Amino acid sequence: MSTDGRYYIPHKAHWPILGVIGLGTLLAGFANLINGSSMGSTMMIIGLLTFIVMLVGWFWLQASESESGMYNADVGVSYRWGMMWFIFSEVMFFAAFFGTLFYCRVYAIPWLAGEGGGPGPVTGEFLWKGFEAVWPTNGPGDVGGEFEPMGAWGLPALNTLILLSSGVTLTWAHWGLLADNRDQMIKGLAATVFLGFLFVYLQATEYQEAYHEMGLTLGSGIYGSTFFMMTGFHGLHVTIGAIILSVVLYRSIRGHFSKENHFAFEAAAWYWHFVDVVWLILFIFVYWM
Amino acid sequence: MNKTKALFLSLTLWIGGIGNAYADFEMNLVRGVTKISQANYDLHMLIIWICTIIAVVVYGVMFYSIVNHRKSKGAVAAQFHESTKVEIIWTTIPIIILIGLAIPATKTMIEMDDTSESDMSIKITGYQWKWRYEYLDEGIDFMSSLDALSNAARQRDSDVDPTTVPNYLLNVDNPMVVPVNKKIRLLFTAADVIHSWWVPALGWKKDAIPGYITEAWTNIEKPGIYRGQCAELCGKDHGFMPIVVIAKTEAQYAEWVAQQKTAAQEKAGEADREWTQDELITRGEEVYNGNCASCHQAGGEGVPGTFPAIKGSAVAMGDLEKHIDVVLNGAGTMMPGFSSMLPADDLAAVITFQRNALGNNVGDSVQPSAIKPLLGDEDEDE
Amino acid sequence: MSAVAAHDDHHDHGPAKGITRWLFTTNHKDIGTMYLVFALIMFFVGGAMAMIIRLELFEPGMQFVDPQFFNSMTTMHALVMVFGAVMPAGVGLANWMIPMMIGAPDMALPRMNNMSFWVLVVAVLLLASTLFMEGGAPAAGWTLYPPLSLQAGNNLAFVVFSVHLLGLSSIMGSINIIVTILNMRAPGMTMMKIPLFCWTWVITAFLLICVLPVFAAAVTMLLTDAHFGTSFFDAAGGGDPVLYQHLFWFFGHPEVYIIALPAFGMVSTIIPVFSRKPLFGYSSMVYASASIAFLSLIVWAHHQFTVGMPLAGELYFMYATMLIAIPTGIKIFNWTATMWRGSLSFETPMLYAVAFVIMFTFGGFTGIMLAAAPTDFQYHDTYFVVAHFHYTLVVGGIFPIMGIIYYWLPKWTGHMYNEKLGKLHFWMTFFSFNLTFFPQHFLGLAGMPRRIPDYAIQFADFNMVSSIGAFILGLSQLLLVYIVVKTIKGGEKASAEVWEGASRWGLEWTLPSPPPYHSFQTAPEIK
Ligand code: HEA
Ligand code: HEA
Ligand code: CUA
Ligand SMILES: [Cu+2]
Repeated sequence: MSTDGRYYIPHKAHWPILGVIGLGTLLAGFANLINGSSMGSTMMIIGLLTFIVMLVGWFWLQASESESGMYNADVGVSYRWGMMWFIFSEVMFFAAFFGTLFYCRVYAIPWLAGEGGGPGPVTGEFLWKGFEAVWPTNGPGDVGGEFEPMGAWGLPALNTLILLSSGVTLTWAHWGLLADNRDQMIKGLAATVFLGFLFVYLQATEYQEAYHEMGLTLGSGIYGSTFFMMTGFHGLHVTIGAIILSVVLYRSIRGHFSKENHFAFEAAAWYWHFVDVVWLILFIFVYWM
Repeated sequence: MNKTKALFLSLTLWIGGIGNAYADFEMNLVRGVTKISQANYDLHMLIIWICTIIAVVVYGVMFYSIVNHRKSKGAVAAQFHESTKVEIIWTTIPIIILIGLAIPATKTMIEMDDTSESDMSIKITGYQWKWRYEYLDEGIDFMSSLDALSNAARQRDSDVDPTTVPNYLLNVDNPMVVPVNKKIRLLFTAADVIHSWWVPALGWKKDAIPGYITEAWTNIEKPGIYRGQCAELCGKDHGFMPIVVIAKTEAQYAEWVAQQKTAAQEKAGEADREWTQDELITRGEEVYNGNCASCHQAGGEGVPGTFPAIKGSAVAMGDLEKHIDVVLNGAGTMMPGFSSMLPADDLAAVITFQRNALGNNVGDSVQPSAIKPLLGDEDEDE
Repeated sequence: MSAVAAHDDHHDHGPAKGITRWLFTTNHKDIGTMYLVFALIMFFVGGAMAMIIRLELFEPGMQFVDPQFFNSMTTMHALVMVFGAVMPAGVGLANWMIPMMIGAPDMALPRMNNMSFWVLVVAVLLLASTLFMEGGAPAAGWTLYPPLSLQAGNNLAFVVFSVHLLGLSSIMGSINIIVTILNMRAPGMTMMKIPLFCWTWVITAFLLICVLPVFAAAVTMLLTDAHFGTSFFDAAGGGDPVLYQHLFWFFGHPEVYIIALPAFGMVSTIIPVFSRKPLFGYSSMVYASASIAFLSLIVWAHHQFTVGMPLAGELYFMYATMLIAIPTGIKIFNWTATMWRGSLSFETPMLYAVAFVIMFTFGGFTGIMLAAAPTDFQYHDTYFVVAHFHYTLVVGGIFPIMGIIYYWLPKWTGHMYNEKLGKLHFWMTFFSFNLTFFPQHFLGLAGMPRRIPDYAIQFADFNMVSSIGAFILGLSQLLLVYIVVKTIKGGEKASAEVWEGASRWGLEWTLPSPPPYHSFQTAPEIK
C-alpha cells in the first residue's frame, strides 16, 4: 500500500501504550526492589520483557512501512529532526554530569580543604582538619576507604582507540551505502558492531579490576561516584548504540536501505558518533587529567 | 498605583486594623538595628517606588485605552503594528532604570560580604530542630530550642491556646546573647540537613550547610531582643526552631559571660558525681521531652514507618551498650548522634529514663561518669 | 513542505469507537483533549492540596494535619500543579491548535505523540502512589533539596522515577512540537508568519529539551546517594549539597519560563482579536521570547543568594537576572501598544488576557525586588516569595490558559459558552486570587517564612484573609467545570469564525466549528 507521496499519518497505534505499560512496570518494580520489596524483581522482568516486545514490534512496523515506501521525503525530514533533538537532550544529560565533575574538582573540594578566601579556611579548620585538595579524592571523610585511581594509559587508552576506529568503520560503511556497495556497507557495519561490543567487554573487565584489585567502587567518595556514574552511563549508551547498529546490520543483510532512503542507518550513525565524542571528553577529564 | 493594588492595599490595611491588631506587627520590611538592615530597607523602598512609578505609567496607558478605546464607545481600531522608534525607547529606559538599581544593590552586597576585622566570632550549628551556639573566644557552648510553652501549645491535641502564649513560636530556652556595637562574625554549619539562620532585624539570613561553613557578620546598634526563625525547610519541625538574639551593652554582656562560665563549671561537676536512678529518671524526662519527643512522641509510641517507638523497643529494652551507642552516635538517616548535643549527665539521664519509663522497665541505669569517656571533645560532622 | 495527508488502509476518517480510540489514538485533537482533561483533573487535585495547606494555616496552632503531612502537601501541591496541571495544559493546547494554526494534517510524529501522553499518566500515578506509602509522600519541598530529601524513606525512588518519566514525556512532546512547526508548515507560511503561540512553543520546547535532562540527572544522583553509596551531595565524600541546588535551578528557573512563555503566546493570540487590531511588534515579540529563553538559562543561582556563594557569583547572578526585565518589559509594552487605539471589547478571554498583563507585571516587579541580591537576603524563603511566584505562576500560567480555553472552546465544541457565567467565573477568580495572594506579600515582609505549618500570632489576620480568599478561589473553579461541561453538552451553535473578524487572525478560524477530525487534508495556500 502506498501513500502516493503524501505525509503519512498512522492510525490506531498499539505499540506506544504497550511500551508505556512496560516502562511503568519496569520502573515501579525497580522502585519496589530498592525499597526491599520481594515482588520488585519480578515486576522488573515483566516490565523489561514487555518493553522489549514493544521495541521489536514498533521498529519492525516502522521498518516495513519504510520499505514499502509509505514515507515521503517530509516524513524522513521529520524523523531526522526528531533524532537530532533527541541526541541534543542526551548531550544535556551528560553535560549535567560533567558540570558535577568540574564543580566538585574546581570549587567544592578546595573549599572543603580550607583553601581560597571567605569561609574556606574556617571550613577546613573546624570541620575537616588535615584534608588536602587533591584529585582523585574520596573526600575528607575518606568515604569508601583506600582506593587506587584508574589510570588513563592501560585499557582506557585501548578503548579510545577501539571507539575511534569504530567511528571510521561506520563512516566507511556509510560510503558503501552511498556508493550502492552493499558488501562494503555490511562489512563496515559488522566491524563497527564488533568493535562496539568489544569496547563494552573491556569496560566490564576494567570495572572488575577496579572493584576487586583497586578497591575503587561506586562508593569511593566523589571520585568513585563520578567515575562509575559517568563511564557507566556512557557504557550503557555504547551498548544501546551497538544493539541499534546490529539491527541496522541485520536490515542491510536483509537488503533494506537505499541511497535515498536510509534514515535508520543515519540515525544509528549519528548516535554512534555522539557516543564517540562523549567518550573522548570522558577520557580527557575522567581518566587522564 | 492601579485600582487593584489600591483596592487590596486599603482592604488589607483595613483588616490589619480590625480584630486583634498586634502592636509588633509590621506590614513592611523591618528597618532593623544594623547598618545592613537599614541599607536593605532603603534599597527595598527604592525599588518599590521605582516599580510604582513604572506601574503608574504602564497601567495609566493601559487603563486609558481600556476606558476610552472601547468598541462600545464606537472606537474604530487603528491598524498600526510597528515602530522601531518606540521599541528602542522602551528597551533603553528599563536598561537605565536597572543600572540605577544595580549600583546601590552592588554597594550593599559588597558590604554584606566583608567579614574582615571582626571583634568576636560565634559558630552556629543547625540541628533538626534546634540551634547550637559556640562562642569561639569565650568557650561558651549551648543548645537553643523552642521554649516549652510554645512547644506545648503547638501540639495538635494541645489544649493550650496559642494566642495566650507570649511570643508563640518565637521564643527559645537559651537565647543567643551578644554585645552591641561590636562587629560579630558568625560561622554557620549544620549537623544533619540544611537550615537557614534568619533574624529580620539584623537584615539578612544565611544558610547552614552540613559539612561546609558559611559566614556572615553583624553589628547590632541598639540593645534589645530580636527574634527570628529557621528559614530553610529542614524537615517536620522546620516551623518550630526559632532564634532569639539578645543584644546587651558591653557591661551586661560581660556579666552574662561570667554567669555562663560558672554555670558551665557547676554542670561539669554534675557529670562526675554519683546519681540515684530517680534523679536520672526525673532529669531524663525533661531531656526526653526536649530532644526526643518531637520524633519518638511524648508517650514513646513513635510514628509507624517514620520514627521507631521507644516503648518496648528492642534497643531501649535490650543491651545497654547498644542503647548508649545509638543515642550517642545515631542510626540511619534520621536519628542524629547526641554525643555532641548533650552533656554526659543529660545523656545518662535520658538513656536511663528510656529504659525505665514509657512503659519500659529494664531496671538498670547508667551513670554520667560512665558516659563521659565516650564523648569526643570535638564533634565531627559525618 | 508536506502538501497532503495520507492515512493507512481503513478509509473512515472519523474517530475509532470506544476506549481504544483514546488508548491507541494518534490524532492530535484526541491527544490534545486527553492532555487538557488530565490537566484539569490535576488542577483540582493540586488545588485540593492547596486547600489543605490554607486550611491548616487558617489560624495559629496545629488543628488538622501533622507537620510532616503538611510538608508533603506543600511538596505534592507544587509538583502536581507544575508537572500535572500547567505543563500538560500547555502541551494539550499545542497539540490541539498548532497543526490547525500552521495548516498541517496532524503532528509530525503521531505515534510518539500518543506515547508522550500515556507516559505522563504513568509518571503522575507513580508520584501519587507515594501518598499511600508508609512514611508518606515526599516532604522536602518541590525543590527536593538534599540532604533532607534523602531522609524520605520509601517514596524517594518513586519520586525519582516519576521525574524521569515526566521528563521523558515532556521531551517527546517537545520534539514533536518543534518538528511539527519546523517541518509541517503549509506552503508559504514562513517562520516569521506563524502565530506567536507557535513561536513561543518552539522556544519553550527547546528549553524543555535543554533542561529536563539535567533535572533527570540531578534526581538520579539523589537516588544513588540515597541507595547506592555515591557522595555527590555529601561533604564527607567530597560532594556538596549545594551542587544539587545548582543542578536543580539550572532546570528550575527555565521551568518557570517554560510555564510562562506559552502563556505569553496565548495572550498574544487573544489581545489582537478583541482589540480588532494587529499585534504590535510581532518580530520584537519573537526576539524578546528568544532572549527570555536564553537569559533564563544563565540566571539560575538567584534562587541561592543565601547559600554562601562568592561575591562575584552573587553579583553576576543579580545582574543577569535583572536583565530579564528588559525582554519581558518589551512584551508588556507591545501588548499595551496593541490595545492602544484599538476597538476593545471585553469577552471572557480578553478579561483574562488583560488581567494577566496587569497582574503579571506586578508579579514581575516583585521578581525584580527578589533579584536585588542584598534585599533577597531578607525576602528569601518567606511568603513574599510565595506571593511572587503565585502572581507569576497562577496569573502567568493559569489565567492565560483559562482565557485561551474560553477563546477556543467554541471552536472545539461547536457551541458558544455562556458569556455571563464566563465573566462571573473571571471576576470571582480575579477577586479571590488577589484576596489570597496579595496579603502574602505583607506576611513575607513581616517575617513569615514559607513551608511552615504554624506561625506566630502577629501573622494570624492576613493568613485568615488569605485562606478565605483561597477557599473562594477554589469554589470558583467548580464554576469553570460547569461551564465547560455545559458547553460540550450543547448550547448556541458557534460559527466557523466565532469571534468577529477572527478568520483574519489565524487558519484555525477558516475551519468549521467543530473542525474535521483531520485538520487540513489539503494544505491551505498562505499568501
Ligand atoms: C511563571 C513563573 C515565573 C516568572 C515569569 C518569574 C519571573 C521572575 N522571577 Fe520568579 N520565581 C518563580 C516563578 C516565576 N518567576 C517561582 C516558582 C519561584 C520560587 C521557586 C521556589 O523557591 O519554590 C521564583 C523565585 C524567584 C526568585 C528567588 C526568590 C528566593 O527564593 O529568594 C527570584 C530572585 O531573583 C525571582 C526573580 C524573578 C524575576 C527577576 C523575574 C522576571 O522574569 C520578571 C520580569 C518582569 C517584569 C520586571 C515586569 C514587566 C517589565 C516591565 C514593565 C519593564 C520595566 C520594569 C523594570 C525596569 C523593573 N523569582
Ligand atoms: C502553577 C503552579 C501553581 C498553582 C496553579 C498554584 C495554586 C495555588 N497555590 Fe501554590 N505553590 C506552587 C505552585 C502553584 N500553586 C509552588 C511551586 C509552590 C512551592 C512549593 C514548595 O514550597 O515546595 C506553592 C506553594 C504554595 C503555598 C505555600 C505552602 C508552604 O510554603 O508551605 C501556598 C499557601 O498558601 C499555596 C497556595 C496555592 C493556592 C491557594 C492556589 C490556588 O490558585 C489553587 C486554586 C485551585 C483550586 C483550589 C482547584 C479547585 C479545587 C477545589 C474546588 C477543591 C475541591 C475539592 C476538595 C477540597 C477535595 N501554594
Ligand atoms: Cu531548620 Cu528549618
Ligand atoms: Cu528563578
